Amino acid sequence: MAEMDTSGGGKHKKGPGVKKGKKLSTRVDLTPMVDLGFLLITFFMFTTTMAQPKTMEINMPFKDENIDKETTKVKSSAAMTILLSKNHRVYYYEGIGDDPANPPQLNVAYFKDKNGIRQVIMDKIKRVNDLKASGQLTATDNATFLIKPAANSTYEDMVGILDEMNINNARVYAIVDITPQDLEFIQQTEAANQE
Amino acid sequence: MPKLKLPRKSTNIDMTAMCDVAFLLLTFFMLATKFRPDEPVVVKTPASISEIPLPENDVMLLTVDPNGRVFFSIDNKLMRQDLINRVDEYKGLGLNDKEKYNFAIGSSIGVPFNQLKSYLDLPPDEASAAEKQAPGVPVDTSGDMNTNELATWIVNARNANPKLRICIKADASTPYPDIRKIISTLEKQKIFRFNLITNLKETPKGTPAYEERFSKSEKQ
Repeated sequence: MAEMDTSGGGKHKKGPGVKKGKKLSTRVDLTPMVDLGFLLITFFMFTTTMAQPKTMEINMPFKDENIDKETTKVKSSAAMTILLSKNHRVYYYEGIGDDPANPPQLNVAYFKDKNGIRQVIMDKIKRVNDLKASGQLTATDNATFLIKPAANSTYEDMVGILDEMNINNARVYAIVDITPQDLEFIQQTEAANQE
Repeated sequence: MPKLKLPRKSTNIDMTAMCDVAFLLLTFFMLATKFRPDEPVVVKTPASISEIPLPENDVMLLTVDPNGRVFFSIDNKLMRQDLINRVDEYKGLGLNDKEKYNFAIGSSIGVPFNQLKSYLDLPPDEASAAEKQAPGVPVDTSGDMNTNELATWIVNARNANPKLRICIKADASTPYPDIRKIISTLEKQKIFRFNLITNLKETPKGTPAYEERFSKSEKQ
C-alpha cells in the first residue's frame, strides 16, 4: 500500500557532473495513523463521561426536641399535604389533615407536564397569595407543602416532587414521615375507586 | 471485436482528510470529557432541573441500587487511608497493611464489617466480581453505631475529612424506605443538608423556575 519511490537507481541522463536531486515522493500512507486515531477515539468514548453529574441540594427539616412546637406550627390554610403512593401516583389534600372530625378530601394527580401535580402546586401558591392579599394570612406565611412518601413510592417520586417544588418556586416544603392516618386516607380513596 | 479495456483505477485513497477528522474527534473527546469513575453497580438516576454541578473533590458518595444495597465511597487516596486506619481501630478489625492499601486504592465498599477483611484480601480482579455480589453496607433508621454500619463509616469519614459533601446517588426505582434509612442515618448525625445526584432535565416553559432562569440570562 505504501508508495515506494521507485524512480531512483536509474542512469544519469544528464551526463556526468550534473547532479540531480533524487525526487522522493512526499506522499505518506496515512492508513495506520487513521487506525490509531480511531482506536484512541473509541478508547476515550468508552472510558470517559461527557457531562459532570448534576446534583440537587436538599435541606431536611432540622430535628431537635428543643424547638418550640407551637411557633413552628403550620397554618392549616397555607398548607397542603402531598402523599406519594404506588405507580407514581400522587395524592394531595388541603391542610395538614389534623382534624379527625373533618377528614380531608383526597385528590389524585400524576407527574405530568399538563394538568398534573405541577398545576396543583401552582394553584395552591396562587390561592395562598390571594389569601395574603385579602389579609387572611399574614405576609410571613408561605404556601407550605408537606411531602409524605409512602412505603410503596420510589426514589424517583421523591426527586420528582422535590423537582416540582423547585420548578414552581415553592419555598417552604418538607419531607416528613407518613402517618398511619394518611395511609388510611389513601386506602379509603383507593377502596372508593374500587382498585 | 476489439477488447474493451476498462481503465484500471488505483485503489489508493488519500487518507489525509480522514486522518484529520479522526484526530479532530480525538482532540474533542480528550478535552471535553472526563474519566468515568468506577461504579460498583449500574444506577439510573432520576432527572431534575437542578444545575448544581457535583463538587470536584471532598465528596462522599452513597450509591444505592434498585434493591436498596448501599455502597459507600469517598474520594482522595490519602483520606481513604486515614479512614481505614480509623475504622480499623474503632471496630478492631485487625487489618494488615496490604488490606488497608487495597482499601485506599479501591473504589467503593458494599460489605458489612465482618466480611471486610476477607473482601479486602481478594486480588483486584476477584474484588470487582465480589462487589457485584456484595450485600451492601448494613443500614437502618437508628443512630446505633453497632447495627447501623453506614453511620460508623460516615462518622469516621467525617473525622478523617470534615469538609466532605455527602451525595446520594440512588436508582430511580429504589423504594422510598431504603432512601429513608439513609436520610435518617444522616439526620442522626445532625446532617440536614446533602446532595442528590440527578440527571439534567429541561426546565419546563411557563413555570416560575423557567421565568427566573430566562430573565436571568436576559440580563447578562
